[in-house]
Amino acid sequence: MTVQTGIHSISAARRAKDRFVQVLVYLSFALAVIPLLSVLWLVVGNGLKRFDLTFLTHSMRNIGATDPGGGAYHAIVGTLEQVLLASLIAVPIGLLTAVYLVEYGNGGRLSRIISFFVDVMTGVPSVVSGLFILAFWILILGMTYSGFAGALALSILMMPVVVRSAEEMLRLVPHELREASYALGVPKWRTIVKVVLPTAFTGIVTGVMLAVARVAGETAPLLLTVFITDSINTDPFDGPQMGLPLYVFDQAQRPTNTAIDRAWTGALTLILIVMLLNLVARLIAWWRSPAKRGS
Amino acid sequence: MRRSAFRRSRGDAPFRFVSIAAGVFLLALMAAIGVFLVVRAVPALQANTSHFLTELTWQPNSAKPVFGIGALAFGTVVSSLLALVIATPVAVGVALFISHYAPRRLASVLGYVVDLLAAVPSVVYGLWGVTFLVPFMLGPSSFLNEYFGWIPLFGGDQVVGRNMLTASLVLAIMILPIIAAISREVFLQAPKMQEEAALALGATRWEMIRMSVLPFGRPGVISAAMLGLGRAMGETIAVALIFPATFNITLRILSPNGNSIAANIANGFGEATPIGTGALIASGLVLFLITLLVNMGARFVIARRKEYARAAA
Repeated sequence: MTVQTGIHSISAARRAKDRFVQVLVYLSFALAVIPLLSVLWLVVGNGLKRFDLTFLTHSMRNIGATDPGGGAYHAIVGTLEQVLLASLIAVPIGLLTAVYLVEYGNGGRLSRIISFFVDVMTGVPSVVSGLFILAFWILILGMTYSGFAGALALSILMMPVVVRSAEEMLRLVPHELREASYALGVPKWRTIVKVVLPTAFTGIVTGVMLAVARVAGETAPLLLTVFITDSINTDPFDGPQMGLPLYVFDQAQRPTNTAIDRAWTGALTLILIVMLLNLVARLIAWWRSPAKRGS
Repeated sequence: MRRSAFRRSRGDAPFRFVSIAAGVFLLALMAAIGVFLVVRAVPALQANTSHFLTELTWQPNSAKPVFGIGALAFGTVVSSLLALVIATPVAVGVALFISHYAPRRLASVLGYVVDLLAAVPSVVYGLWGVTFLVPFMLGPSSFLNEYFGWIPLFGGDQVVGRNMLTASLVLAIMILPIIAAISREVFLQAPKMQEEAALALGATRWEMIRMSVLPFGRPGVISAAMLGLGRAMGETIAVALIFPATFNITLRILSPNGNSIAANIANGFGEATPIGTGALIASGLVLFLITLLVNMGARFVIARRKEYARAAA
């Protein structure tokens, strides 16, 4: 008898509860999307007002908070240089660490400790990495505030992200490829350099791009290491520079409409750069997937 | 065994050494962060004329420096916990939506949409917070104060938009994606056999989730929430723009109160004297230690979980 009634025997109370939870779950998704839509709507709406050629080609030199005009050229140049330098530092170290964890670690004690602390390192607050570079590089070693100091702080935030993504990609490389290489008498290090890394290359590039996108929007470490300037400084090794996130922060603190407008346009430019990097990363990942299906 | 099977090459040892060195460098870097923060903090702490851990005011730039972490640590912890309380239920709902409710084809796209929340830079949330959310939150804040003012949390005579609640809301939005992403992964790993068995026994979808998915996912959700807590405590620029930067201890989250260690570093760095900078570095050291503990706790839970999940599979 119970078998016969089967699914239809669900009582009204149980069904109502099921419906109720379903509504809650849908609602929570809607709640999560609302702020995203609100942020994007305001950034695009307010940012387009000043998104012109002047903004992209001029700095803020001799432009006060109430003056119209002015731009973020100095900040865009600074951000690109700082992020590039940070990648040049973080990628080799992160990649080599991933190689150690996958190819040499063999689950030993050292590799487990490193793996654990790489995870912990992803949680280091960005402002702390800035303070560390401030304390070590600027106050103790006596270097000046510069784009390079900012790049050092950003590289600390990039490293764990690069290690994690590269590690994941290296583990995906089929073991048969390594064994085939060993069988041909190729030494281990050449197997890694010539077989393992090229196979994982596109995946690693995707991971690096996502890491770059993550640090490109960081403000706090730059504030403590790059300082703020209104002038163009193309030399990242000498003197204060600007960064796009810093530019938004700086303008947002000035209580005039022209400054707030510039902050929104800076935010739009920053989001466009970050989205572009994300998109490039996804495209590389997508470009890679047919090859994976083929093998 | 395997090593003797092929010829040793001259390049092998150096390459192995370099890759180990890179890994050890990361460990050394973590240690160096702690060491150099201590080195720069000590002179300021020695110049301090008050007790660093209990003092509330922050005047390290005056001739007789007086500063303490009390109010800042309190603000950091309270705003982050509040953000966690707001974000976790929503994040679990989002994770369940993507893992068990959304149509299969849409699920990955919708998951990507939630991940986009994490791609928005912190300073943009800050700008959005001061220009849109602060004026907007004046309404709900006044409402809470008027009708729920008997709860100490919502009490107080002065209600503003720029308060602890608004800052916590922004923090909640920022930590939601990480909690949702990890919870989603854990929920997707829940044993399919158990889910199907529950459904076959006549359970509704919610009963199936309550009986098989949630018990399996609980440790994962807890560690995800802890990682979110760590993020919230270290978050700087967004809250630096929103907090009114006061130095007192109060639970009235609708009044013009609130500050955090990270926000104070961002706001105070510009005009800091050498002692002031040292004081900020000392506060950063406290932040580093707190987040380190929270993150290590979360990672321990996850690491245990991984083995359990593999054993169950």
